[in-house]
Amino acid sequence: MSTDAAAVAEKAAADPASGSTTRPRAAGGGRGGKGGKDARGLKGGESRTLNAFSHGFLVLWVIMAAGPLVWVALTAFRPTADYLGDPMGLPTSLHWENFVNAWTEAKVGRYALNSVIILAGSLTGTMLLGSMAAYVIARFTFPGNRFIFLLFAGGMMFPVILALIPLFTIMDNLSLLDTRPGLIIAYIAYSLPFTTFFLTSFFRTLPSGVQEAAMIDGASHTRTFFQVMLPMAKPGLVSIGIFNFLGQWNQYLLPLLLNNDDENNYVLPQGLAALTVSQGYAGDWGALFAGLTLAMVPVLVVYAVFQRQVQAGLTAGAIK
Amino acid sequence: MRTRTRPDPSGPATQGTVPWRKLPPGDKLAFAVAVLLPPRFTPARVRADRRYRTLDKYRFIVGFLILPLAFYAVFVISPFFQAIYYSFTDWAGGATANFVGFDNYVKMWNDEKFWSSVQTSLLLLVFVPVVTLALGIFFAYMITAGGRHRRGEAVSGVVGSSFYKVVYFFPQVLSIALIAVVWQQVYSSRSGLLNGLLGEVGLGSLEQRWLGGDYKLGLFATMAVIAWSFVGFYVVLFSAAMGAIPKDIYEAALLDGAGRGATFFRVTLPLIWDTVRTGWIYMGIQALDAFAVVLIMVPGHVLKVTPVYLYERFREGQFGYATAIGVVLLVLSMAFTLIVMRIGRRETIEY
Repeated sequence: MSTDAAAVAEKAAADPASGSTTRPRAAGGGRGGKGGKDARGLKGGESRTLNAFSHGFLVLWVIMAAGPLVWVALTAFRPTADYLGDPMGLPTSLHWENFVNAWTEAKVGRYALNSVIILAGSLTGTMLLGSMAAYVIARFTFPGNRFIFLLFAGGMMFPVILALIPLFTIMDNLSLLDTRPGLIIAYIAYSLPFTTFFLTSFFRTLPSGVQEAAMIDGASHTRTFFQVMLPMAKPGLVSIGIFNFLGQWNQYLLPLLLNNDDENNYVLPQGLAALTVSQGYAGDWGALFAGLTLAMVPVLVVYAVFQRQVQAGLTAGAIK
Repeated sequence: MRTRTRPDPSGPATQGTVPWRKLPPGDKLAFAVAVLLPPRFTPARVRADRRYRTLDKYRFIVGFLILPLAFYAVFVISPFFQAIYYSFTDWAGGATANFVGFDNYVKMWNDEKFWSSVQTSLLLLVFVPVVTLALGIFFAYMITAGGRHRRGEAVSGVVGSSFYKVVYFFPQVLSIALIAVVWQQVYSSRSGLLNGLLGEVGLGSLEQRWLGGDYKLGLFATMAVIAWSFVGFYVVLFSAAMGAIPKDIYEAALLDGAGRGATFFRVTLPLIWDTVRTGWIYMGIQALDAFAVVLIMVPGHVLKVTPVYLYERFREGQFGYATAIGVVLLVLSMAFTLIVMRIGRRETIEY
């Protein structure tokens, strides 16, 4: 074990940071004799260069990805006059006034509350209706089953912008335009295709024995669903729940169309877009930056806590 | 054992059922109203009947499907078909919509501003996915294979890979509206981050009025924002795909004397190709949309993408014309999907 690579391996073991990697070193040791030895002997020096090279690029993109967001958060603590004089400066003291202005005068607090109210209805509705439809499609045979499944699956390919104008008049005719229930219903309807599709494949993977056992014990279909099957589907519900939470919280197009009447009813993304216009006129850039920070930080904190589930939930959306 | 007041439902039903005509009239009635009554009001005799169980099953299926299907049909499916119909009318939002054949499409053909918006959207459609996916694959490869060699591993992930993925993914969890506002400030000519940085490092001569009205600058700025917001998504997606490749394959490639480049192009890329193709289609559809970024970041700019052009016609009340533009967008995104499927078709490699 006096090869160059062994030294590298020891160094890596000594490096405290490398101890935090997800890959257990013991597993590597178990496979050590298999074929890695030759490769290691040849590639030791190159490996070190590559490692520095890759960290260099990776750190560069960390700065690129987080830089604008960090800049916004830092500038939020500076008085507007300071910022206009030198956009690159750091805050000299914690200037909370911008946040107060953003929350009250720029109404970010109100927009956030609107978003919470809408989401409470739409997320509950989406999860409930989506899992009901998915359960029936996945676990029961009946004429039209396949057709309904394809109907939902086809909706995922659907460009929302094409449906917008007729949707606008349908909502208008039902007196749902510029109302909270209208917006909630629209969120639910446009989240259903993917939610149903995703949960259908999830319910199909659950064992059928449990469902039969519940039925034989005299539970009704409804009771079997709510008390037996739904708890078993929890991992799938969490993934799709996070997906819908972020999608609906960040929704811009539907509220722009269906909730554009009164500025007091704006949801958060709408409010932020309106803020650039209103704060631009008022010349109060500090409040704009503070408003962006207030909107951004809670989402990023929640994401950092649930990062594994969020990444899994959102990338599941692309693979379909 | 729990005691039950009624027999096991699977019992009598399997022994054969009483023909419908011979059922007591009370049971006939019970069958008829069983659809509406909760099970506890239905007599046990009826409940044990196989026909009741079929009825119960369909009652459940209909009950669970009716609301989701109704929402979906009324607010998603029906607007979709209505849009196609309205694209052949002169509908202006009122009660009347006269059928005008292909007039809207002819008007579009002769509408220079429409063509200019299509040109912008097509440029985004072609370039944004290529740039975003290339960066995504590059960083994903750095994360999964750029680390120091550890004992017994042909490829090693970098230290801190989950940290990188977490930060890269930040833009994905933020609203596109928020991103557009942030970048509007970054590009701001008076006091933006970009011009500030350029001044700081002595490249003050490169300072620009980025969103000042120049078409090319606006296009680059828009492309950069869309690519920026999606790179992290693809890093996570592709590094998961790369992580699923068995290590033995890399070991075999190394033993055969393959270098880094050969390993990447001959092993990694072909093995994640299906994911790349799916990602390409998804990114293309996102780039073709680009609605919120352009509408919020560069309002009043010469740069218009087709969805924004559609939205402006809608706000002017030209509903028929706007839906026709929407139909063209649908055709464009379908054509793009088919082309990528065709170009990207390779033999799927099982591993």
